[in-house]
Amino acid sequence: MAMNNQGRDSTPHAVAVADELVTFTGNKALQQEEALIFELDNPGAVGVDLEAPVTTKTRLDGVKTRASVGLPSLAEPDVVRHYTRLSQKNFAIDTTMYPLGSCTMKHNPRLNEKMARLPGFSDIHPLQPVETVQGALELIDQLAHWLKTLTGMPAIAMSPGAGAHGELCGLMSIHAALDARGESHRRRVLVPESAHGTNPATAAFCGFTVDTIPAEENGRVSVEAVKAKLGDDVACIMLTNPNTCGLFEPQIREIADAVHAAGGYFYCDGANYNAIVGRVRPADLGVDAMHINLHKTFSTPHGGGGPGSGPVVLSDALAPYAPLPFVVHGKNGFDLVEQAADAKGAKPFGRLKGFHGQMGMFVRALAYILSHGADGLRQVASDAVLNANYLLANLKDVMSASFDGPCMHEALFDDRFLKGTGVTPLDFAKAMIDEGYHPMTMYFPLVVHGALLIEPTETESKQTLDRFIATMRHLAEKAKAGDLAHFQASPRLTPRKRLDETQAARKPVLRWVKPATPASAPAGVAQAAE
Amino acid sequence: MRYLPLTETDRSAMLATIGVDSVDALFRDVPEQARLKGPIAGLSNHMGELAVERHLSRLADKNVTASAVPFFIGGGAYKHHVPASVDQTLLRGEFLTSYTPYQPEVTQGTLQYLFEFQTQVALLTGMEVANASMYDGATGTAEAVLMAARINKRNKVILSGGLHPHYREVVETTCGVMGMDIRAQAPDWKNAEDLTALIDGETACIVVQTPSLFGHLRDFTALCDAAHAKGALVIVVVTEVVSLGLLTPPGEMGADIVVCEGQSIGNGLNFGGPYVGLFATRDKYVRQMPGRLCGQTADADGKRGFVLTLSTREQHIRREKATSNICTNSGLCALAFTIHLSLLGEQGLTKLARVNHANAVTLADKLEAVKGVKIVNDGFFNEFTVKLPKKAAKVVSKLAERGILAGVPVSRFYPEMDGLEDLLLVASTEVNSLEDMDALVRGLEEVL
Amino acid sequence: MTIRFTQDHEWIKLDGDVATVGITDYAQQALGDVVFVEVPEAGRELTKGKDAAVVESVKAASEVYAPVDGTVVEGNGAVADEPSLVNTDPEGEGWFFKMKIKDMAQFEALMDEAAYKSFIAGL
Repeated sequence: MAMNNQGRDSTPHAVAVADELVTFTGNKALQQEEALIFELDNPGAVGVDLEAPVTTKTRLDGVKTRASVGLPSLAEPDVVRHYTRLSQKNFAIDTTMYPLGSCTMKHNPRLNEKMARLPGFSDIHPLQPVETVQGALELIDQLAHWLKTLTGMPAIAMSPGAGAHGELCGLMSIHAALDARGESHRRRVLVPESAHGTNPATAAFCGFTVDTIPAEENGRVSVEAVKAKLGDDVACIMLTNPNTCGLFEPQIREIADAVHAAGGYFYCDGANYNAIVGRVRPADLGVDAMHINLHKTFSTPHGGGGPGSGPVVLSDALAPYAPLPFVVHGKNGFDLVEQAADAKGAKPFGRLKGFHGQMGMFVRALAYILSHGADGLRQVASDAVLNANYLLANLKDVMSASFDGPCMHEALFDDRFLKGTGVTPLDFAKAMIDEGYHPMTMYFPLVVHGALLIEPTETESKQTLDRFIATMRHLAEKAKAGDLAHFQASPRLTPRKRLDETQAARKPVLRWVKPATPASAPAGVAQAAE
Repeated sequence: MRYLPLTETDRSAMLATIGVDSVDALFRDVPEQARLKGPIAGLSNHMGELAVERHLSRLADKNVTASAVPFFIGGGAYKHHVPASVDQTLLRGEFLTSYTPYQPEVTQGTLQYLFEFQTQVALLTGMEVANASMYDGATGTAEAVLMAARINKRNKVILSGGLHPHYREVVETTCGVMGMDIRAQAPDWKNAEDLTALIDGETACIVVQTPSLFGHLRDFTALCDAAHAKGALVIVVVTEVVSLGLLTPPGEMGADIVVCEGQSIGNGLNFGGPYVGLFATRDKYVRQMPGRLCGQTADADGKRGFVLTLSTREQHIRREKATSNICTNSGLCALAFTIHLSLLGEQGLTKLARVNHANAVTLADKLEAVKGVKIVNDGFFNEFTVKLPKKAAKVVSKLAERGILAGVPVSRFYPEMDGLEDLLLVASTEVNSLEDMDALVRGLEEVL
Repeated sequence: MTIRFTQDHEWIKLDGDVATVGITDYAQQALGDVVFVEVPEAGRELTKGKDAAVVESVKAASEVYAPVDGTVVEGNGAVADEPSLVNTDPEGEGWFFKMKIKDMAQFEALMDEAAYKSFIAGL
């Protein structure tokens, strides 16, 4: 059997903790217990006032109507309080440093939110006549222009809905280009073992086979290792740069040249583009396609896991295959090409999404680009890299850095510094939570054992970094001093302690079901008060 | 620069700690010829809020907004009123600036609303289980087709002619590259197609929509029975999710997978995105489902809590064997959906659906009185097809000049196809007043 | 009854002309709590070294490979219903499937218990 040796604790440790104050309600002052919305049902209440229907006449062609849906009823104050209380159970960039490697949790400027909510952007329909949405098309065109300029690439597909969707767009462009060349036999995709899981998943989704390139001792991909895998059945290489170890691939030009010489394309995973924006143009690295996570580099909010946006820049070789729709300059202003027949010589591979892409994210990203400007964007990359190296320099003597510096925008550590302590990376991360920090990315990338990937981003101040460094040093020393129980019992100050993921997966409960007899008190409160 | 807290003093001190004399030294792995020496071509230096706001407001002002005019456009995205508390609540930083709940102890807020969202979607669609959302309805439909093929290991897909053309195209694009055999039916504007005869032992699934693109209402119970008898699955698509406040849910018809565009509840038009795909199925298929799932469990003290679960289906563990390459969901749009639906509640949703239908019925009655205008549909929810005596695209253009956004010409979806030029999709929701409707009637009388 | 082991941590126990296959105690410990098991249906043809079953813990999904060529006689429904059997009794009740072996030479070529013990000691 194939085995992943990086499995981690999934059931809580049984650790006794000191007595704590037990309240009647189960609440702990600012930490409120909150039942499910369904358990707060207040039959007869309503949170929206609607006028009565103007007619009772129906035209339903005999189709049946439903008796009930089963939704709870609440007035607005109770709904607002419910979701506000839930929000208070979350860590967020607004409340704490959130150094989740590879995810780029940087400040989300509120100006961008305000701009996205201008009715001229938020209250226009995707199927309005194009003459009534010229400003929207111009905005898409402007953002496309700056993304092309920043990356040095000649073309862009704006519609992909997220990074992984952008990967799909890039690989489908490559697929179409190969078919057009009459080289449909090229179906092997080279993916380094350090790659994001989305890379092999996307390649397989497109019907390609995945061939893994091993990482070198220094965390990089070598041109020799790539050359050893090249052949006339290779469609492309998918390479993340800077890579998932937080390192720039120094042989990237040679790798691109070798892949091109062998007739393949170079797909660059642009998840870490924030480390080089304004300082390096991917076009100058030999890239044929690269997605840009607007929610990372250009700081559209992560929103608890989306929505994202993943435009893909394309080389001349791939540009004709970009998907529908796209904005063009027409006789009377901007126009939208929605049909292959109108694509004027281009051969779009199809359509990836309903309508025209994540407009709300485009507005935010353009606001971000204009706010930063040429000097600010370059400074974004510089400060992101400076902050990561500062952490690396201040932590490498107490934590085990996986590779020699300098790093780019994130610093990779592994679990060697915990050897013999009994503390796992997960335990260490949970102790960070009680100290008020969101943990870093753990157990990724897979090329080192017990990875701890720290990405501070450029929007953290030196004061914040210094406090974080002091905390990490304190925890590392505490682990080495043998205080295993502290780590295994962490976190203790959160609304919930460690959760039993084994139980969740063995007997999945994926929705609320109305109990046969209603409980006298909401379940969360009742349990908490026990 | 207001978003960058490091001062020059900080930067010097930090470089000294690192032991290099400049930031450039940290970029030493970048090949010399790839280092951008000059500024970014044509981009000015950083701008204050006021300047950015002016620039973007100028672009926004060039658009005609839906609220400013009599507005009847639908076609897969609908103008509804979203209560103020939806946006105000989701703007809380703890929701807006949090990420995927990888650390459940500090993301119970996100996890609990996802659990509530999954339950709401299951209830609305009449299904057993739902995921934590997809990018949108169209991508969700393509994922549903792939899921059906994983379940019955078949390759043929039948797409109804009532399916939204963007959904059809996304299925053709993403499932086509996987080598699936996709049989899209001709646009079914007359509501006449019979798909039962097309189902055979090779059919993986059949994709239908209600209300259809043309607004027709269908009961798929018999179709589901016929499909199941041949081992095929039925995927029911709903692009106007408010309709589920009135009509029999697809789950009661026997659907195997239900995909909806959830934009109508909680989310603005936003020129087409971001939206939120709803995805529901039967318990027995849950391990073949794409996307994130939130599940209930207990913490170390035995208290109820929530975690992401069944994640071994997903790309970060399965890599090339994952059920999908999807990494994110549409979290914040799902939250908007959940808050709005909680505000509506049982009574509110039912009433909203009835108000929508009543407005559409009223508008249809008024339009039928216009000379040369015919309503194609026998039944509809809040959108129907109108046959005009002239080309619909021209009529829409002329009405837009008069400040009326009349609907979607079917030719916008099918420009090459004969016989559809005179058809116009017209939607009416709770936002339309009787005055709006009369304006459309007068406008039509003028331009026809 | 003879038992053999693969380098991929499957065990295969021969009883008459039917062999039983599962994963080793070492493997279940490395996986952690098993939450899901998918076993092959009777009649399925298996190829040595190719996917035969699936075992998942919370954080890892793994394929169980066929240790030798052959035909599935029975999948273990009990372990599919109660995946924790893989943890509590990996080399007993937690078996995955029974198969008819096509080529006994493939079976004989696998590691015996002593060889497997020294193999995992070296990991």
